[in-house]
Amino acid sequence: MSLGNILPYILSGISVGGQYALIAIGYTMVYGILRLINFAHGDVFMAAGLMMIYLTASMPLYVSVPLVIALTIILGFCIERAAYKPLRTAPRMSIMISAIGVSYLLQNLALYITGGLNKNYPSLPWISDTITIGTAVTKRVTVITPFLTIFLVVVLVLFINHTKMGMAMRAVSRDFETAQLMGIKIDNVISATFIVGSFLAAIGSMLYFTNYAGVVPTSGAMPGLKAFVAAVFGGIGSIPGAVVGAFIIGICENLIKGSGLTTFSDAFTFALLIIILIVRPTGLFGEKQTDKV
Amino acid sequence: MKKQTKTTVNVILIIALMVVILLLSVFLPSSSMIFLVLKKGAIYSLVAVSMNLLNGFTGLFSLGQAGFMLIGAYTYAIFTIPDVGKDAIYMYFSGGIIHFTIPVIVALLLAGIVAAIFAFLIGLPVLRLKSDYLAIATLGFAEIIRAIFQWDKLGPITNGSNMLRKYPTFDSIITGLTKYPSMDKLFKSAPWFENYLITMLPILISGICIVIIVLLINSSYGRAFKAIRDDEVAAEAMGINLASHKMMSFCTSSFFAGVGGALLAMYQSTIQASAFKSTMTYEILLIVVLGGIGSVTGSCIGSFLFIACQEWWLRGLDSGKFLGITAPGIFRNGFRLVVFSVIIMCVVLFYRKGIMGENEFDVERIIKRFRKSPKKKKEEVSGNG
Repeated sequence: MSLGNILPYILSGISVGGQYALIAIGYTMVYGILRLINFAHGDVFMAAGLMMIYLTASMPLYVSVPLVIALTIILGFCIERAAYKPLRTAPRMSIMISAIGVSYLLQNLALYITGGLNKNYPSLPWISDTITIGTAVTKRVTVITPFLTIFLVVVLVLFINHTKMGMAMRAVSRDFETAQLMGIKIDNVISATFIVGSFLAAIGSMLYFTNYAGVVPTSGAMPGLKAFVAAVFGGIGSIPGAVVGAFIIGICENLIKGSGLTTFSDAFTFALLIIILIVRPTGLFGEKQTDKV
Repeated sequence: MKKQTKTTVNVILIIALMVVILLLSVFLPSSSMIFLVLKKGAIYSLVAVSMNLLNGFTGLFSLGQAGFMLIGAYTYAIFTIPDVGKDAIYMYFSGGIIHFTIPVIVALLLAGIVAAIFAFLIGLPVLRLKSDYLAIATLGFAEIIRAIFQWDKLGPITNGSNMLRKYPTFDSIITGLTKYPSMDKLFKSAPWFENYLITMLPILISGICIVIIVLLINSSYGRAFKAIRDDEVAAEAMGINLASHKMMSFCTSSFFAGVGGALLAMYQSTIQASAFKSTMTYEILLIVVLGGIGSVTGSCIGSFLFIACQEWWLRGLDSGKFLGITAPGIFRNGFRLVVFSVIIMCVVLFYRKGIMGENEFDVERIIKRFRKSPKKKKEEVSGNG
């Protein structure tokens, strides 16, 4: 394969990687703090896509885009308050089951609202335009995604390292109970985490679905799982790790698609997960954990 | 109550249930929804109990059930499709490469065995992982299995992403009995008997499998599983080999999930790999939660309730009419599932123990409850176990 042939795949890989990264951050932050795989995160991402479809149908874009972001944040916040907060002292399995329940609910709700039909995603001006890079013809969103992702991640890292809330987040993820004893309002910190995660998922969904024809109720599940794998790959709890992992997975997946093994592009992601969990369970950038009896 | 009397009571209960089903099939038309619920509920009971063995009794949070059901369903279908129909079914793969069939019972066993072999291979790396990592890894494996079965290079065996059909189903097995003159005469004189047998077949097979699982749970292995669930470190200190016990639980669970998958294939009369999505695993998990994690009878009750709600009682929510209220605007396609998932969320959040908690259905306790305080009767009926 010459470079000209694989260039389109690499480009779309980088783009998809950026979109996965935005979702993966939501997973990794929540996992860092609550030790919970937020199965509903992928469905929040899907819900953001559906909201975009319904809102752009009746409103101009400069109203609907901020509105979608705001509504997604509210959705994430409500899910945390309604489904996870009451279970804070329950065994971990209960919270995970609750997360699966929320995911099931969101998918069914989406099925009800859309009537099971494929809804066409609105084309956003400028970023949906077609451009040509070298031999590859692609949408402008492909080029924008990585830069936007990196910009958002830098902002996020600054937020976590230099603000009071960021410091609280780090403290809570290090030690839940001690942080509480030090006077950190844990519920606020957790809500803030969900808000950040949902915000990034909303942005991610706009970038992701622009490349696809439409949104169906299950279209959040796969990207969600892949983003989670990316988070594990990079070391769960580590934001740069999640971003690097997401880019690697995005690129590999598209290269596999390019080599004609499309069936296995999803399987590859999970094979990677299992290998990484066995060889290096803490991921690329994760901190080593010790088991206590 | 003595153990012996308890067994007698249980046997009487089982016979009573069979008689009830018999009466139902005498007085109701065979198209009644109740038979569908009984059949599908029995199959889901088996799968739910097999998942409960893993999640509730061994404490391994696995989400691979749909993958193992897929293996079971496909194994069954591939080996039982009659040669006559193969050309039509494998039309894109020139009739497939398997040109023999095996008896249904053998195929059912084989379905379980193949699923267990896959589970063994998957378990080697995966069972070293803990809680949520195990969950996500098994979920991932289920997805990989689905991808492999849909791969068109394997088409001559699995028919790629196309449907498999025309293999023996519950209906066709029982109607096939008419080739014996005595059965033919019986069916002709009592047409309801045919429907009774069709309904009883899945119930019987699932029942036998569930009894085997219960025996396993009550054996010393089962106690070891529970010890692992409660405290791994302590269990290991007491001399339980963690790796081998976990593997055993995982393989057994997958075996029965495989059989369950084969039964589901028999029930549905066509199967396609794309139906075995992670949503299916989630549904089974929710059944287990609904019935109570760590209760076999809970899982059975949970799955009959789940199937009855999904297929029958809440159907009206989809078609515009429910409990006499007609509102086609709200009660349209999909509303049933929304209501349903809200109910499940309520159970998960406010009623975490499910219907049975960790208890089993026990006649003695119910009788005691009745005697002690007649007021509590209502609670017991609604299932506060």
